[in-house]
Amino acid sequence: MSKPYDVEPGDKVNPGDPVTVDRYTAGARINHWITATSLVLLAISGMSLFHPSLFFLTALFGGGDFTRFIHPWIGVVLFFGFSGLFLRFWRANLWEGADNTWLARISDVLRDNEDKLPEVAKYNAGQKMVFWSMSALIIVLITSGIVIWDRYFSNVFTVEQQRIAVLVHATAAVVAICVWIVHVYAAIWVRGTISAMTRGQVTGGWAWRHHRKWLRELVTGGRKS
Amino acid sequence: MDLPNPNVQSPKVDLTERDVVLRSASAVPPPPDRKLASVAKLIDVSKCIGCKACQSACLEWNDMREEVGVNVGVYDNPHDLTPNTFTLMRFTEWVNPDSGNLEWLIRKDGCMHCEDPGCLKACPAPGAIVKYSNGIVDFVHENCIGCGYCVKGCPFNIPRISKVDHKAYKCTLCSDRVAVGQGPACAKACPTHCISFGTKEEMLKQAEGRITDLKSRGYANAGVYDPPGVGGTHVIYVLHHADKPEIYAGLPNNPRISPLINLWKGGAKYAGMAIMGITAAVGLLHYVVAGANRVKPEDEENAKKLAKGPAS
Repeated sequence: MSKPYDVEPGDKVNPGDPVTVDRYTAGARINHWITATSLVLLAISGMSLFHPSLFFLTALFGGGDFTRFIHPWIGVVLFFGFSGLFLRFWRANLWEGADNTWLARISDVLRDNEDKLPEVAKYNAGQKMVFWSMSALIIVLITSGIVIWDRYFSNVFTVEQQRIAVLVHATAAVVAICVWIVHVYAAIWVRGTISAMTRGQVTGGWAWRHHRKWLRELVTGGRKS
Repeated sequence: MDLPNPNVQSPKVDLTERDVVLRSASAVPPPPDRKLASVAKLIDVSKCIGCKACQSACLEWNDMREEVGVNVGVYDNPHDLTPNTFTLMRFTEWVNPDSGNLEWLIRKDGCMHCEDPGCLKACPAPGAIVKYSNGIVDFVHENCIGCGYCVKGCPFNIPRISKVDHKAYKCTLCSDRVAVGQGPACAKACPTHCISFGTKEEMLKQAEGRITDLKSRGYANAGVYDPPGVGGTHVIYVLHHADKPEIYAGLPNNPRISPLINLWKGGAKYAGMAIMGITAAVGLLHYVVAGANRVKPEDEENAKKLAKGPAS
């Protein structure tokens, strides 16, 4: 039997009391936290150069010179880190018809009326939007970032191209930080989520409540194939 | 012609921290208790013989060395401004379509010391760029972080970032000499009084005399280059063809700070912070109103039933 699109390698139900579900492999978790750390460091160092009243944050990186030096390199780490996440997660984030229904009932999502929502696969429409918007934003950020990486590329691009890039970079960064806030907030609001990225597991109840379609697939997939 | 040579005595000023009127990435400082007379360097392009004495004097005073270059068939040497070369003679061979004459235009390029400096506006490092009340725009290297934002802010493409110490460099208008009552090194070295230095008022008057002279000799479009788009500059040119500044090795016609830079350092800065703040606040508000989304005991029961399978 062919695997459903949203079941990723390592996803597994462990029957027992309570039921636990393996959601992320150790590799995926390490990959995630490298990316997450880079993103936080980039946001702090980037904002310190974006708004003068946040310039004091450069002290966390050993001063302005070192912040200017290290920020692009952290960006390179983020790019490759996120590329790894993209290769792992893109298939399970493909958009489905049910995602439109979920999105249309966003007010029920926010009011925690999960019984009024369609059964959700490994990722809900909100998670998929975080995934795809981050993918697009990171491409924009690395591209515009290279244009304004003065140390290596100042002679490659014209000053006018650099002016456009600096504005695009700042705008994309603001949007990316907002997407990051949504991502972190959702993980805190929906209790039981964070253990998926720390220990790799969630409880069966969590999977039943939030990703029932995925849970059913794991149960039947495990039994019948 | 009875126009006297320009004054070679510089106005006596002692340029200090208290004369700073604009400071990069900082609140506007309180107005200083004294306002220095606005100064200007006047470059009379029509008098320049292209000797490069100003370039040599600049290197000497600033204790810089330029690498031995390569001849690519033009007189420009080096070929562009560098972190060491703060001023550069740019040579242009131009055929005047009206007279059919070949004119050799030689322009001394370098920082224009804008009244509204784009470099200072773009700079993210507090105090790395300052403007004094006499109009001099200066880079303070211990505060510079080498990001290159000043390059994007400058409408004249002047600052250069050193590959050695990763700091931005440009003409200081010899602020260190001006502070002790000396004129800029280039002006001192100029053998034809093409470069003069004094109060801006005095320099504009000097320029006016030169323009009258040039007009009387057939240069109908002679004029002063003191572009209003950047609030005027503290380096001004007398051009024989002031209607076409771009023929002088691309001197911009109506330069101004790029609208992209104004947007980036103006609206975007505040809008960006506000959008991020609002997103975080909406999250917090939702939490306060909706509370945590918790897994219920019946969810765990349902999961247990499902995991056991349909047989049970």
